[in-house]
Amino acid sequence: MKTLYTPTPLVSHPDEVRIVSKRWGQGAQTIDRYIELDGYKAARKALEMRPDDIINEVKISGLRGRGGAGFATGMKWSFIPKQSDAPKYILVNGDESEPATCKDRLIVEYDPHSVIEGVIIAGLAVGAKTGFVYLRGEYRYLLEIVEKAIAEAYAKGFLGKNIFGSGREFNILSHTGAGAYEVGEESALMESLEGKRGLPRLKPPFPAIKGLYGGPTVINNVETIATVPPIILNGGKWYVAFGPNEKNGGTRLTCLTGHFNKPGVYELPLGYPAKKMIYDVGGGIPNGRTLKAFVPGGSSTFLLTREEAESATMDYDWFAKRNEFLGSGGVVAIDDQTCMVKMALRIMKFYQHESCGWCIPCREGTDWLKKTLTRFHDGGGVNKDIDHMLYLANNMAGRTFCALGDAAAFPTISIVSKWRKEFEDHLDGRPCPFERTSSRDMALA
Amino acid sequence: MNYSAELEQRFQRLVSQYPWKRSALIPMLLYAQDEVGYLSDEVVADIARRVELTELEVRNVISYYSLLRTKPAGKYVVQVCTNISCMLRGAEEVFNHCSHKLGVGHKEVTADGTFSLEEVECIGACSWAPAVQVNYDFHLSVTPEMMDRVLEDYGKKTRQ
Repeated sequence: MKTLYTPTPLVSHPDEVRIVSKRWGQGAQTIDRYIELDGYKAARKALEMRPDDIINEVKISGLRGRGGAGFATGMKWSFIPKQSDAPKYILVNGDESEPATCKDRLIVEYDPHSVIEGVIIAGLAVGAKTGFVYLRGEYRYLLEIVEKAIAEAYAKGFLGKNIFGSGREFNILSHTGAGAYEVGEESALMESLEGKRGLPRLKPPFPAIKGLYGGPTVINNVETIATVPPIILNGGKWYVAFGPNEKNGGTRLTCLTGHFNKPGVYELPLGYPAKKMIYDVGGGIPNGRTLKAFVPGGSSTFLLTREEAESATMDYDWFAKRNEFLGSGGVVAIDDQTCMVKMALRIMKFYQHESCGWCIPCREGTDWLKKTLTRFHDGGGVNKDIDHMLYLANNMAGRTFCALGDAAAFPTISIVSKWRKEFEDHLDGRPCPFERTSSRDMALA
Repeated sequence: MNYSAELEQRFQRLVSQYPWKRSALIPMLLYAQDEVGYLSDEVVADIARRVELTELEVRNVISYYSLLRTKPAGKYVVQVCTNISCMLRGAEEVFNHCSHKLGVGHKEVTADGTFSLEEVECIGACSWAPAVQVNYDFHLSVTPEMMDRVLEDYGKKTRQ
């Protein structure tokens, strides 16, 4: 089946710091152009370094997992045992499916060799000889790009039995999924790569001890792994300095989606003020409307009100202090003509659809919440439903086998508690107050 | 099963490239579906044999993944994302427009077998919403009017 390839549109803003997105739009899909643009220098440098020094450099950089959980990358690598009878693996998570997140797509599309180079360096750091790049099934055109890039790297001798003439071996395989949000969870990802249903595994043992095929495994998001080469090339100190402190180092790709005048994927330093991001980088809210709600990083995060969003800074600490999450980089602006009951319903419909059904709080919780929200939005809600929804969501949070239950609970808790009045406005069979404002004029604006 | 030479070659590579043979299962199912149109009983039996699993084990995997299907779909599967970023920019109108134009609803196939329509979850094109995928082709920042042209173009391809 031939896929039609139309390049995904790129945007730019003067405040961007282009580290991961440095080569986008410059023809770096081909290996020769990638090499011209400083490609594979970091892998050559890493070959001369001791594994612990590579890990240390990544620790100093303050790089944290860009998939959404924000775990320190250098720390994660250091958990891999030095000695292991079972082979060790690097697994790149390209199952990008967190709603509002569309950044890994651009890395693989415009700079596939940066992912390959990052995997090689991770392999050198932990002593793995094999890496896997797992892409979601919908990203077929990216799989074709990555397959071509891997073939080029083998042809140059950068992959294979004797990488860069060093006498060391490293191999990379690409792999396609077939449609499942849950597979983005690291243990479900391994199950899927092993050819099974994507159910999460019981932890411990953690993947660093017993992961893919029973071997110690590093699992990193595409953006995380693509950030490794510039860190190795320029040093951890160089990278960390772009962010506000040592725990919030560097930059991250931020996907502006929803009601922005200038949606797109921008690379902004950590700690960037959300207000400036919304009104300057994103160009503000279209049609003369105002911001009502703000999703900081994928639909699994707590939503912020306009006032909260305008005082936020886009770093891990600002959200952690509130017991909330910066998330995946998928930002959504929601304008004042949007029904928050409908938002809560659409978000829950997603989690109910994607719940793997393995554990009861998630399977039943998402289903009951979807049913209640559907009835509520249709005008069949009663007052006690509002607290009941909070009760259900609060009982799901922290009590499920994997984070999908939390992911379904957090947006629900924040929407029901912060926009309670909108729920009350739907009571007594009243029609949805926002129904007349079609989102169609948005699309045509 | 008679697959194209290209797919046969791909299968040979897949079953031998992973530490465990079973890892080849999901890609093989997807590639077979791309060629055959769906995972027929014959395809399931054949792939089960190749990866040394029972048909039940293979079906257990198929039922988990949203892209895999055991019934024929249209030649072109029109997948309209209606998740939040797309919804906020008019995805429901796009879906309703496609549904009206094609005369089919969610997961239905047109009478001539050319199109099927699906409302799908996030396809990772959120900054270019609303987004539609037809088979593996992405169509970004679409409007109902644009979808008219997109559907007509695919319709023409079928008639050629």
